[in-house]
Amino acid sequence: MLDTQTNERRLTIARAMAEAIQQEMQADERVFVMGEDIGALGGVFGNTRGLVDEFGRERVRDTPISETAFISAAVGAAMDGMRPVVELMFVDFFGVCFDAIYNLMAKNTYFSGGNCAVPMVLMTSTGGGYSDAGQHSQCLYGTFAHLPGMKVVSPSNAYDAKGLMTAAMRDDSPVVYMFHKGLQGMGWLGTEEGAIVDTPETGYTVEIGKARVVREGKDVTLVGLAMGVHNALKAADKLAEEGVSAEVVDLVSLVPLDRETVLNSVAKTGRLIVVDEDYHSYGVSGEIIASVCEHDVSKLKAAPKRVTYPDVPIPYARHMEQFCLPNPDKIVAAYKAM
Amino acid sequence: MATRKTTKKPNISAEELLEYYRDMLLIRRFEEKAGQLYGMGLIGGFCHLYIGQEAVVVGLEAAAEEGDKRVTSYRDHGHMLACGMDPKGVMAELTGREGGYSKGKGGSMHMFSKEKNFYGGHGIVGAQVPIGAGLAFADKYQGNDRVTFTYFGDGAANQGQVYETYNMAELWDLPVIFVIENNQYAMGTSVKRSTKSPSLWERGAAYGIPGEAVDGMDVLAVKAAGQKAVDHCRAGKGPYILEVKTYRYRGHSMSDPAKYRTREEVQKMREERDAIEHVRTLLLEGKHASEDDLKAIDKEIKATVNEAAEFAKDSPEPALDELWTDIYAEVS
Repeated sequence: MLDTQTNERRLTIARAMAEAIQQEMQADERVFVMGEDIGALGGVFGNTRGLVDEFGRERVRDTPISETAFISAAVGAAMDGMRPVVELMFVDFFGVCFDAIYNLMAKNTYFSGGNCAVPMVLMTSTGGGYSDAGQHSQCLYGTFAHLPGMKVVSPSNAYDAKGLMTAAMRDDSPVVYMFHKGLQGMGWLGTEEGAIVDTPETGYTVEIGKARVVREGKDVTLVGLAMGVHNALKAADKLAEEGVSAEVVDLVSLVPLDRETVLNSVAKTGRLIVVDEDYHSYGVSGEIIASVCEHDVSKLKAAPKRVTYPDVPIPYARHMEQFCLPNPDKIVAAYKAM
Repeated sequence: MATRKTTKKPNISAEELLEYYRDMLLIRRFEEKAGQLYGMGLIGGFCHLYIGQEAVVVGLEAAAEEGDKRVTSYRDHGHMLACGMDPKGVMAELTGREGGYSKGKGGSMHMFSKEKNFYGGHGIVGAQVPIGAGLAFADKYQGNDRVTFTYFGDGAANQGQVYETYNMAELWDLPVIFVIENNQYAMGTSVKRSTKSPSLWERGAAYGIPGEAVDGMDVLAVKAAGQKAVDHCRAGKGPYILEVKTYRYRGHSMSDPAKYRTREEVQKMREERDAIEHVRTLLLEGKHASEDDLKAIDKEIKATVNEAAEFAKDSPEPALDELWTDIYAEVS
C-alpha cells in the first residue's frame, strides 16, 4: 500500500479500522473483538481482517447469530473492566438488540452513579447505494445520536477511521462507531477514492466530538458526515466551476456534536446546506439546522436547505434507490434554490 | 410447590443457621420498611419487594466465595443486602437521595456496586441474563475461577434472549449459574398460564446445560444446590441452571391489585412454608438458640433498618448539577 513516489500509506477505511484494533489489542490485553463472522471470515466489510491469525479465537471471537446475547455480554464484560469491541453487522439489525444498546450500554454508567463504566465500542455498518433494500441499507444516524449515554462517530476517510477507532477503544464510555459501507474500499460495494488517504502506521487518536473544516469557502457551508462529506466535496468542485466558493464541514462525530465549528462556518458564509443519507425527518439534518437557527438566525442570508433521504423505506430497484440518495447534483440544485 | 428436596442437605452448624436467620430477617424487615416508606410517599415508581423469597438469595450467597459476581432484575433489594451492600445506601437510593448507591439517579431498579461484585439491578425483564454471561466471560477471559450468579424470574424465562444466552454460555463453557427465581407469577400471570413447559430448568437440556429444581423456601436446600452449581462452574464445566421454587407474599410491585390469586393461597404459604419460620424452628428445636437470642437478633436488625430509613429520609435530594454527571465515565 505504500506509494513509493509520495511515501504515503494509502489505506482503505476497512484496513485502517483493522490496524487500529490490531495495535490496541497488542497494547491492551483487555481488548477483545466479538461479532458474527469477524474471525475466520474477517468481517463482512473487512474491518477485522487478519486479527484472528494474530490474536486467536479467544480474543477474536465469532458469535452465534444472537445479537442481544453477545452485545449484552459485552456490556457485562465491560462493566467488569474488559474493553470489548463488538460488531453489529448491519445497523439495520439494531431492531433485534436495541435494548442491549440504549438501555444497558448507554445507561448503566448513569444509573450506577458512575460506579460501573461501560468502556466498549459497538461498530456497525451503515448506508446503501448497492441495491440491498431497506433492511440492509439504512444509516440511522439520528436514531443512535438521539439517545443519551453513548458517543457516536462516523468517519469519512481512512485517517479518521483509524484515529477514531483508537480513540473509541481508549474511551471509558461506550462509543458507537458507524462506518459507511460505500467507503470501506470493498470492490463489490464500489469504492470512494476520496476515502482512501494517507494513514500513518504509528498509532494516533482523532478527537471524538470535534468536527473539521475539510474545504474552506466563503459563500455556503455544506455540512455532512461519512458519505455525505464526499458528496459535499464533489458538489463544492461543481460550484467552484460556477464561481461559488463552498466550505465543507465533516462532522466526524455526532455525539458529542461540535456545533461550534458549524456555527463559525455559517457565521462566515451565511448559507447552510446539510447533506445526510439518513431519513429526512427528525434526524441529523434537522438538528444541525435547528442548532444554527437557535444560536443566531441573523447570521443566515437564506433559509437553510437539507439534502437527505426521503421518508420512505429504501427500495431495492436500482433506479428508485439512486433517485432517493443524496448526490452532488442535488446539493448544487439546493444551493441554486436558496 | 416443589418437592421438599432435590439435593441432600449437608450437616449444618448453629453459626450458619443463625447467619441465615439474620440475613433473611434483615431482608424482610428492610422490605417491610421500604413498603412503609412507599406508603408514606417517600419512595416513587414501582417498588418490587422480595418478601417471601429471602431463602433464595441467602442460600446462594452462602455458597458463593469472595470475588464471585451477581446480577439480577429489578426485584433486587434482597440481593444487594445479601451480598453485603450497605442498607443505608440501598434505602437512600429508594428514596432518591444523594446518599443512595446511584446518587438518586437509578432508584429501586438500578443499583450497582463493583466493590461487592453486584452488577445491577436491571429494569427490563430478562436483560440481565446476557450481562451475566458477559461477566462470566470476563472471568474466563482473565483466567480466574470466579462464577457469576445470574438471577431472573419465571416471567423472564419466556424471553428469547435467555435462550440466546444459554446457547452462547454452553458453547463457550462460561462459569455462570442461571438462577430462575420461580415465584410462580410473572406479574399477574401464573406459570401455568404462560407455558406448557412449566419445568423451567429442563429447558437447558436443549442446549446441553444441566440443572435442577430446588425448594426455595428451604435455605439449606438452596445452599446445597448452590454449592453443587458453584462446584460445577468452578471446575470449568460450563453453566448450570437452578430453578428455585419460591413465592412472593407481596404484589409484583406496590401497584399490584392482587386479583390473580386468592388471599388463602398467600396465607397458606406464609403459614406453612415460610423460610424464616423454618430456620427459626430449626434453631429453637435444635436448641441452637433461645427465644431470647432470637429476640436480640430481631432487635438488632430492627435498629439497622431504622437507621437505614432515617438515613434515607435525612440524606439530601441530589443537587440538580448531578443531572449532568455520569452520562459518560468520568475521565480517570
